[in-house]
Amino acid sequence: MQSTTLILLLTFMAVAAFYFGRRRSLATVGGPGHRMDLHSLPGYYGYYVAIWCALPALLLLSAWLFMEPRLVVALVVQGLPESYASLASGELDLLVNNIQNLASGDVVSIEVDPELQAAAAMFNDYIGKSRQMLAGLALGVAVLGGALAWRRIQPDLRARNRVEKVIRLLLIAASSIAIFTTIGIVLSVLFEAILFFRKVPVSEFLFGLTWSPQTAIRADQVGSSGSFGAVPLFTGTLLITAIAMFVAVPVGLMTAIYLAEYSSSRVRGIAKPLLEVLAGIPTVVYGFFAALTVAPWIRQFGESVGLAVASESALAAGVVMGIMIIPLVSSLSDDAINAVPAAMRDGALGLGSTRSETMKKVILPAALPGIVGGILLAVSRAIGETMIVVMAAGLSANLTANPFEAVTTVTVQIVTLLVGDQEFDSAKTLAAFALGLMLFVVTLCLNVIGLSVVRKYREQYE
Amino acid sequence: MTMPVMTETIPDNSTAPEAPAPKADNPDSAGRMGLDEFLEQATDLTDETVGTVTCDHPFMVADDVNVYYGDNHAIKHVSLEIGKKEVIALIGPSGCGKSTFLRCLNRMNDTIETARVTGTITLDGKDIYRKEQDPVALRARVGMVFQKPNPFPKSIYDNVAYGPRIHGIAADRAELDEIVHTSLERAGLLKEVKDRMDEPGTSLSGGQQQRLCIARTIAVNPEVILMDEPCSALDPIATARIEDLMDELCEDYAIVIVTHSMQQAARVSKRVAYFHLGLLVEVDSTDRIFTNPQHKLTEDYITGRIG
Ligand SMILES: Nc1ncnc2c1ncn2[C@@H]1O[C@H](COP(=O)(O)OP(=O)(O)OP(=O)(O)O)[C@@H](O)[C@H]1O
Ligand SMILES: [Mg+2]
Repeated sequence: MQSTTLILLLTFMAVAAFYFGRRRSLATVGGPGHRMDLHSLPGYYGYYVAIWCALPALLLLSAWLFMEPRLVVALVVQGLPESYASLASGELDLLVNNIQNLASGDVVSIEVDPELQAAAAMFNDYIGKSRQMLAGLALGVAVLGGALAWRRIQPDLRARNRVEKVIRLLLIAASSIAIFTTIGIVLSVLFEAILFFRKVPVSEFLFGLTWSPQTAIRADQVGSSGSFGAVPLFTGTLLITAIAMFVAVPVGLMTAIYLAEYSSSRVRGIAKPLLEVLAGIPTVVYGFFAALTVAPWIRQFGESVGLAVASESALAAGVVMGIMIIPLVSSLSDDAINAVPAAMRDGALGLGSTRSETMKKVILPAALPGIVGGILLAVSRAIGETMIVVMAAGLSANLTANPFEAVTTVTVQIVTLLVGDQEFDSAKTLAAFALGLMLFVVTLCLNVIGLSVVRKYREQYE
Repeated sequence: MTMPVMTETIPDNSTAPEAPAPKADNPDSAGRMGLDEFLEQATDLTDETVGTVTCDHPFMVADDVNVYYGDNHAIKHVSLEIGKKEVIALIGPSGCGKSTFLRCLNRMNDTIETARVTGTITLDGKDIYRKEQDPVALRARVGMVFQKPNPFPKSIYDNVAYGPRIHGIAADRAELDEIVHTSLERAGLLKEVKDRMDEPGTSLSGGQQQRLCIARTIAVNPEVILMDEPCSALDPIATARIEDLMDELCEDYAIVIVTHSMQQAARVSKRVAYFHLGLLVEVDSTDRIFTNPQHKLTEDYITGRIG
C-alpha cells in the first residue's frame, strides 16, 4: 500500500474516532441534555480519541519509513553473491545505488547482469513486504489506540487537559525543528571550516591580503596555487555596507520621522504600504536595476567630472542596496518613535516647542536606542545581501577603499566558489564554508546586539 | 433654548417619570445612581449656563466654544471667563469634556487630527485662534501640566532648562542657572534635588516628577497654567504639596485646574465650573457651588449622586 493512501486512511479513521469519541462522551452522561456533567466539552473527548487513534500510528509510520531503506539495503547486500562481498565501501555504495535505480526503473550506469537483476527484484520484494507489514501494523495501532481511548471515556476524564498537553507537545516539536536546523547548519559549516583551516592557516585567511581561490586541479597546471587572504573580501563587504547605510539611514530615518510625526493619517495610510512594497521586491530585481540603470549613470557622471569609474562599482551596488534597506530602517525607526509615550510629545509641545524641536530634543533622544538597534539589524541585512553585489559590484577581489572601483563581498565569493562542478574536499570549496562561518559569526553578533538594544529600550517605557 | 440633542438620545424620556432622588449622604451607598438613570432626569439640561460666567478681571475669555472630534460634538456652546490671578476648577463626570476644553485654551487640540474648534477664545483681548497667532508661541504663554508626570528622559536640570533654551529666554549660562533654580524653588523641589541636578528626571518619585513638570512649566514664565488632574497619580502628601504650590502660584498666574476631587476643588479654587456631557452647566464662586448650587445636576454631582 502507498504511504499516501495509508495517511489518507489514518486521517479518515481519526475523523471517525472524533465522531465516536464525542458520541460516547455524551452517551456516558445520558445525552446532550446532560453535557454539563462532563468534565470537558464533548468535542474534547472526540479530539482525545482521534489523537490516540492517529498519533501513535503516524509516529510508527515515520519511524518505519526512516528505517526501511537502511534495513532493506542491508538485507539485499547480504543476499549478494560472494563476488560482490569483497568490494570497497565506495564501490559498494555505487552498486547499491544502481540496484535501487534498477528496481525503480531508472537509468543504470553499469552493465546489467542477471545477478544485479536478481538483487533488484529482491529489493522490490523486500520493499513490498515491508509496506504490507507497515500498513497492517499502522492500521492495527490506530484501531487499538482509538479503541482503548474510546473505552476510557468517562464523565470525569479530563479530556480537555489531555488534549491541551498534546497540543503543547506538538507546538514544542514544531519550534524545535527550526532550532535543530539552525544547530545543524552551524555544525556542518563549522566542521567544513575546520577542514579548510587544516589546509590554510587561520592567520593567512584572516590577515592575508590577496584572494585568488583558483587552485590547480592537475599538478602540472601553472600559476594557480591559490591564495586565501580574505581581507579584500572583508573590506569590500565593509565598503558596500557603509555606502548602503550611508543611503539607508538618513533617508529611512527621515521617512520614519515624517510618517510618525508629520504626515496626516491619509498620507501614512498610503505611504506605509508603498514602503512595504519596496521591501517586498526580490533582490534580483534590485540587482539588475543596479547593474543596468544605476551603474551606467554613475559611470557617465564620473566621466563627466573626469573620474575613472569601473562599469561595475561598489557605489552602484551600495546605493541600490541602501535603497533596498530603506523600508527596514524606516519601519524599525517608526516603531521606536511610536513607542515614545505620547505624554512626552505633549509635554514638549505644551512648553511651546515646534514639532521639529520636539522631535530633535525629546523624541529622537528617547527613541535612539531603538533606532540604533534597528540600524544594527539593517547592517546585518546588508552584510548578508548577495544578489545586488553579484550583479552590480563584480567579482574581482580588489583591496581598495575607492567606491568607484569594482569590489566583491564575502557572500558573493561564497556563491562563486560553490557554483559549477566542485571537488568537495578542495581548499577552494572549503573556503566557502570558512567565509560562511565568518559571516555567520558577524551577523549573529550584530543581531544579538541589535535585538538586545531594542529589547532593553522596549522595557524602559512599560 | 432646550437641548434637542438630549431629546434625541433619550427617546423615552417622556414616559420615564423623574426618578425620586435618593437621599444618600454616602456616595458609595446604593443610592448612587447610574448614568442612564441620571440621564432620565436630565431632561432640563440646556446649553444655558447657570451662575456667573463672568469675573472681575477677565484674562482669558471663551465665547460660544464648540469642539468636534470628527462627528462627536464634545464641547457645546461653552462661554467662560477666566480671571487674572485666580484659580478656577473644572469639575464634572468622566468624559464630559473637561480636558477637551482645557486643551482649547492652549491650542493643544491642534495636534489632534480630528479635532475642530469653533467660537472664539481671547487671551488678554486677542483671539488665540486668529490666523496670525502662532500656536507654538501661545503655548509658551499658556503652560500645561498633565495628568501623568511626564519628565523628559533628560537630567533634572535639562528638564527645567528645556523651555528657556528653546525660547532663548536666558542670555547666558548663569542666567539659565538662575531660572532653573528659581523655578525649582517655586515648585518646592529645589531642596530635594539641588545635589542631584544631573540625575535623570525619571529617577524622581511620582510627586517629585510632577513638581518637576510644574517647575518646567513655570520656567518659561507663562501667564496662564493649565493643569489636567495634576494630582490624580499622587499620594495625599504629594497632593497637599502641590495644592500649597498652587496657592502660591496664583499670586502671579491664572490657573485652570481639572480635578475629580471635590475637596481639592474646594481647597484650591476661587471659582468652580461644572461640565456635563459637553455642556457648561454651572459656574460660580467655590463657596456658592459647594453650599448652594443652583442647578440640580451640580447638586447631584457634588453630593456624590452621579458616578
Ligand atoms: N483625541 C480624541 N479623539 C476623539 N475623541 C476624543 C478625543 N479625546 C476626547 N474625545 C472625546 O471627547 C469627549 C470628552 O473627552 P474628555 O477627555 O475631554 O473628557 P474628560 O472630561 O476630560 O474626562 P475624564 O474626566 O475622564 O478625563 C469624550 O466623549 C471623548 O470620547
Ligand atoms: Mg480628562
